[in-house]
Amino acid sequence: MYFVTPRQLIFPGDVIATADSKVEGPVYLDNGRYRSMVVGLVEFREDVVVIVPLEGVYKPKKGDVVVGYVTDVLATGWEVDVKSFMSAYLPLGEALHRHIDIETTPLTTFLNIGDVVVAKVKDVDLTDEYPIILTLKEERVGKVERGSVVEIAPVKIPRVIGKKGTMLNNLLELGCDIAVGQNGRVWIRCKNPQDEVFLASLIKKIEAESHVMGLTDRVKAEIENYKRLRQQSDV
Amino acid sequence: MKKPPVPLLQNGVRSDGRAPDQMRDVQIAVGVVSNADGSALVSYGLTTAVAAVYGPREMHPRHLSLPDRGVMRVRYHMAPFSTKDERKNPAPSRREIEISKVLREGLEPAVILEQYPRSRIDVFIEILQADGSTRVASLTAASLALADAGIYMRDLVIGVSVGLIDGVVALDLNGLEDQYGEGDMPVGYMPNLKKFTLLQLDGAWDYSKFTEALNLAIRGAEYIYQKARDALKNKYMSIAEEIYGR
Repeated sequence: MYFVTPRQLIFPGDVIATADSKVEGPVYLDNGRYRSMVVGLVEFREDVVVIVPLEGVYKPKKGDVVVGYVTDVLATGWEVDVKSFMSAYLPLGEALHRHIDIETTPLTTFLNIGDVVVAKVKDVDLTDEYPIILTLKEERVGKVERGSVVEIAPVKIPRVIGKKGTMLNNLLELGCDIAVGQNGRVWIRCKNPQDEVFLASLIKKIEAESHVMGLTDRVKAEIENYKRLRQQSDV
Repeated sequence: MKKPPVPLLQNGVRSDGRAPDQMRDVQIAVGVVSNADGSALVSYGLTTAVAAVYGPREMHPRHLSLPDRGVMRVRYHMAPFSTKDERKNPAPSRREIEISKVLREGLEPAVILEQYPRSRIDVFIEILQADGSTRVASLTAASLALADAGIYMRDLVIGVSVGLIDGVVALDLNGLEDQYGEGDMPVGYMPNLKKFTLLQLDGAWDYSKFTEALNLAIRGAEYIYQKARDALKNKYMSIAEEIYGR
């Protein structure tokens, strides 16, 4: 049994449902009732109720794509900053497909301090010294050679993707590569550096205006406008 | 005991014109410090507290962190200009250090620190204007700032004070009643879970007066809690409207 309605704004401690219901997100069980742990919105999906938090730092989940900076080179791997309150570790075995001899090859030949990686969260273990373990052995992840990284609030990332990816599809119309990290960093790479600057400003706009109605349409209009201007200057 | 400059209670009316079970005007605003991850401003009458929360972030130096849960650090401080007569020395006093610890212990039951191992949460509370009940105003401000930072909490903590003036139980003491009253009891209360997180008491109280005061504190806390919800709602309603339309 649910005690909430769709679109409802809820606060920490509010009762959401009885223990036999399906509830996802930041909730806890207290005396057979699910209560919220955050200020959030209630979303009713097919057979589950999801609590969407409105504020907060990035909390890593297994399978998330993140954009990180290498902050240290250790004996058998790299320490990576993923803008979380926990440190992330990229072990050597998860970075390379082939076996190398660490006695003769320094790790800095592959990744050095300051390098940017798009990585996937392989595992999160809160008891570990490095609670977040990253991997590069997946599709569409790896070391970033060119492009730029835009930083926004992690809770705004769903707005950059949009409902069923509508916003992201809009952004992709410029013909750039985009990797959206769930930790609030977006990596972009365009053929033309000017497009990159424009795209970065658009993403910042999405963050700033995420509370104003009709954002997707406005972003779409700006992209159309920009494309028209670009064509004119090419001629 | 020293005599107050004005009678604290006359024909059932307090020195500031309130009834014994009446709160002062409660003003709450959320998100007032944009540098912080979460913040809130709470005033009970003239008493005004600002709380700013930073974190969770990695703990430095590392040996101070705990492997199984986060560490919350609370700093309560009164601004030098916050008091009525003598300027307050800005250095942290014995009293402020004690209140910092008391507030931390009043917040810890609500914050789910197990979710943030090896990290820290910093809570800074500044009293801009002091007129009694500063620690309970700070408690409300701090819990709202924590909620605003998106930190996982079991419930909000609402602080409210009750006291004994001329043998009558009164809600939300002001500076005068705090100074000359017979007793003072700050309470931290979680309205959803109906649990107390802070309970201090000084003065000599009857058991019957104590239970009466505790019930009055719950009523006061529930009144403040509604104001706190409205303040949080104000900040977030625009986002909700945007995502789902009106």
